[in-house]
Amino acid sequence: MELLLQQIIAGLATGGIYACFALAVVMIYQAIDHFNFAQGEMAMFSTYVAWQLMAWGLSFWLAFGLTFVFSLVMGAFLYLVVLKPVQNASALSQIVAFIALMCIFNSLAGTIWDYSVKPFPSPFPETALFGALVTGHDLGMIAVTLIMLAGVFYFFKFSTLGLAMRAAAQNPESAQLCGVRVQMMTALGWALAAAIGSVAGMMVAYKVFLEPNMMYSIILYGFAAAIVGGLDSPAGAVAGGFLLGVVENLTGVYVPGGSELKLTFALLLIVVVLMFKPTGLFGHRVVKRV
Amino acid sequence: MTRQARTDKSFPAAGGQPAAAPEELAILGIGLPAWNRLLLVAGLVALVVLPFLVEGFTTFQMTQVAIYAIAILGLNLLTGYNGQFSLGHSAFFAVGAYTAAIAMNHFGLPYLLTLPLAAVISFLVGFAFGFPALRLEGLYLALATFMLAIAAPQLLKFSLFEPLTGGAQGLVLMRPEAPAFTGLDDDQWLYFISVIVMLALFWLSGNLIRYRIGRAIMAIRDNPLVASALGINTPLYKTVMFGISAAYTGVAGALSAMVVGFVAPDSFNFLLSVALLVGVVVGGIASMRGAIFGGFFILYIPTVAESFADVFSKGLSWAAYGVLLLAVIYVMPSGISGLIDAVIRRIAQPKQAPRRTDPAADVATAGPGPSNREKK
Amino acid sequence: MMNRTDCASCIRATLAATVLLAATGAGPAAAESQGITEDTIKIGNIVPYSGSASAYGNIGEALKACFAMFNEKGGVHGRKIDFISLDDGYSPPKTVEQARRLVERDKVAAIVDVLGTPTNNAIHDYMNRKKIPQLFVISGAAKWGQPEKYPWTMGWQPTNSAEAHVYARYILDTLPEAKIGILYQNDDYGKEWLEEFRDGLGDRADALILAEEPYETSDPSVDSQIVKLAASGADVFVNISLSKFATQSIRKANEIGWKPLQFLNSVSASVGSILEPAGLERSTGIITAQYLKDATDPQFADDAERKEWEAWMDKYYPSGDKTNSFNVFAYAGCHTMMHVLQEAGENPTQESIMTAAGNMKDVAIPMLLPGVTITTGPDDFYPIETLQLVRFNGTFFEKYSDAIDVGKP
Repeated sequence: MELLLQQIIAGLATGGIYACFALAVVMIYQAIDHFNFAQGEMAMFSTYVAWQLMAWGLSFWLAFGLTFVFSLVMGAFLYLVVLKPVQNASALSQIVAFIALMCIFNSLAGTIWDYSVKPFPSPFPETALFGALVTGHDLGMIAVTLIMLAGVFYFFKFSTLGLAMRAAAQNPESAQLCGVRVQMMTALGWALAAAIGSVAGMMVAYKVFLEPNMMYSIILYGFAAAIVGGLDSPAGAVAGGFLLGVVENLTGVYVPGGSELKLTFALLLIVVVLMFKPTGLFGHRVVKRV
Repeated sequence: MTRQARTDKSFPAAGGQPAAAPEELAILGIGLPAWNRLLLVAGLVALVVLPFLVEGFTTFQMTQVAIYAIAILGLNLLTGYNGQFSLGHSAFFAVGAYTAAIAMNHFGLPYLLTLPLAAVISFLVGFAFGFPALRLEGLYLALATFMLAIAAPQLLKFSLFEPLTGGAQGLVLMRPEAPAFTGLDDDQWLYFISVIVMLALFWLSGNLIRYRIGRAIMAIRDNPLVASALGINTPLYKTVMFGISAAYTGVAGALSAMVVGFVAPDSFNFLLSVALLVGVVVGGIASMRGAIFGGFFILYIPTVAESFADVFSKGLSWAAYGVLLLAVIYVMPSGISGLIDAVIRRIAQPKQAPRRTDPAADVATAGPGPSNREKK
Repeated sequence: MMNRTDCASCIRATLAATVLLAATGAGPAAAESQGITEDTIKIGNIVPYSGSASAYGNIGEALKACFAMFNEKGGVHGRKIDFISLDDGYSPPKTVEQARRLVERDKVAAIVDVLGTPTNNAIHDYMNRKKIPQLFVISGAAKWGQPEKYPWTMGWQPTNSAEAHVYARYILDTLPEAKIGILYQNDDYGKEWLEEFRDGLGDRADALILAEEPYETSDPSVDSQIVKLAASGADVFVNISLSKFATQSIRKANEIGWKPLQFLNSVSASVGSILEPAGLERSTGIITAQYLKDATDPQFADDAERKEWEAWMDKYYPSGDKTNSFNVFAYAGCHTMMHVLQEAGENPTQESIMTAAGNMKDVAIPMLLPGVTITTGPDDFYPIETLQLVRFNGTFFEKYSDAIDVGKP
């Protein structure tokens, strides 16, 4: 029983990482109705920018703020320069463009800052809590995730800008007719998604350490969490992140062979969830028209 | 998506596919049968003569191009023609490769017989995966298959399977040797095997696409609801397509295992899936010959990128690759195949080829993918 | 008839490329000792510059910088080294392609320092069939030292087996009641290591080992594994993890107040790139086995070899990171290769290169620890077989045992 509780708490701590990214994934999905496979690498790059700023002597929160702004600009810039020219190409071509971006960011970060593992500071106390299962950083990270969640929720639910962005993503033609400036909205969505990704990056970098390949698996879990929770539900995505962390940890302990096949079980979980709830646990049904 | 794009989603425009090409060329006045046949013969002669003109390494590379082309064609059948996404084809490639390796190493099966075996087993695995995939669409399917790609190396390493798979160490294969009567060296022998298999599989898929089943799967791609309403057994076709696509990729995997002479979990990571997808898009979505261009692209472009990057720093090779990839997407939104079609048309009909009706541009917008725009 | 057109289209597609290749591809047959001309020797190398293992690409850059230094000094027997380093992204099929490119197109005299077990596995047979030396394989597997079966392949570093046995011996001798918890990477490296370690403990293995926790390279962190190991009550932590996972595990163990006696695999025992990010204080007390000098270690601050190494870094590889232990590794590896070429005679051949590699007697290579030398023989293809236990004292690894001759595995 104690082990179970321990594992659940440890799982929630890991789940916080996934939740953070799941939120970023939902954000970009709301903005472009699509995944951005380069999102992890973009966040990694932003985190390096923050690291560089701190290496130049800036304080954590100042670097945090500047990186947030940098990421906003980077997101909008990438959309306008790289993605806009291919936005009428097929979805597959766009995926290839994302893959290209992923390669470019990974390679650039590796060349600029090299591949060695770098420590990233935490703004929160590093003390261990609850029988050493959770650290102050874990709680801080979860708090930041929840604050971002509240922001995103408010943005899409109550602000006109959020509604306009959603409309622009889901039905560009109609939105255009209603006076929404679709391209502006998409650029803004990219900017916000990049910024949220950068926050997630700066939060998890303390835990996993900074290196160019740090996002390789985190972004995968982030996608998975978002899908399990529901791509149109920010809260669902965050819940999906925690759920994934806990389930992954428990299979490692209680399922024979589970520690070797953690990812495989995560895959099974996702497929099973999607079989019964194709739009995710907290997603809304969509009705299709011919 | 514009109205024009929507209408162009009909089958003939869905790719510069061979079915339409001869007819259209004939209309344009250059596709005389004799001319066409001459090209065909010349191509065949080139395929046969090639390994005798170049060094062993080039033959080896051409063999790999043929193998990638088979895998890309397999993925294209699923993604390009049937509209189902997959980022998990490295897993089917691995199934084929390991089937060949295990059958040869543990059961002493002659290598040629491992090819049909790999096809059957990969088909079954693909078919089985097709069932849960039925309920998934677009991004959801992309993710599920992505997870499959990530899980595959883990399963291959799993300690319970180790006696069979060799675990993380992998399996070393006996490279097939050319029979003495052929007078060929091993590279040439493997080249001919791969090319013959490739031609046979292209021929097969040509038939598949042209007839009833092809119409059905493309109808499912273009509008699944209408297809169902018309009485097409959508679930059956979709799962079978998953199986067939996996079988193609599995055969490619088996050939690759023979040519490389070694299988290990690290050989089949998700980057292979990504490479195959890049091959499909760069070659041309829903284009059969595009698979061959795609094969050339994924074999040669990383090397080109490496030599570009060499000028500055070795570490930039991926950046160079990414930039090249973006350039290709910009310049050839409908893939190499689409570009060639456009060029042929331009040459054949220089005065009457206004940009508005440039078919290549239409193909670009009419590509498949997650039909998320159809959601309400 | 329609069917024919499918084939037709794909055949036509290959036609253009075929003609092109036929025009450029042909080359002369391999000479007897390929890659060696009047004034150059071509040496090939394959490391991952891209992909998930790209951190190791650094080794290729450092090798290149080191050969450049030798070239400036006049090369070997009047020949300059023409060094070609290629990227395989740590994918075995790509390694095969690159090895064939090096051997058949670039016609190298030998390949050195190819990184990785699966990657070298993939070209093991090929290199021996082609009779081109595959020297100083960067992998701790035992299989690189089989001169009867694979006379063209040789390892360099001490094997994983040797290292695992050194720790096992030490634990049996000094901590007979140890309660051992093991963290290992779930791949060929970690599994072989674990197996050899159990072998070293002999029939005491099951009694002493309380917990074994694997991690995948796709795991974001190893926090939960460390929590489990700590919960098992282990008081000896055998840490077989690489790069960021080593850093994470050291910090996490400390963070949750778990203070076992820690053995860290030597690959990760780099002060600059692993311990410093984890925290030097947290790393205090870690025991490892070394054979190379750690360039960040202050006890070597005035060491002549280290100074020379630093001067080389400054001049030939200024963009390199001096705290990265790969730069020491590559430097020593390149010196070993130059020694072999020196010994291979005025007019080296593939045979004479292998003969020289298989006849090193107590050769001193810069940046190897004092007491560590390279010895090989016609039936001994394991160049470095000496390890020294060292303990981290908060600033550097201090000597904890004399050099231990681990012999052949």
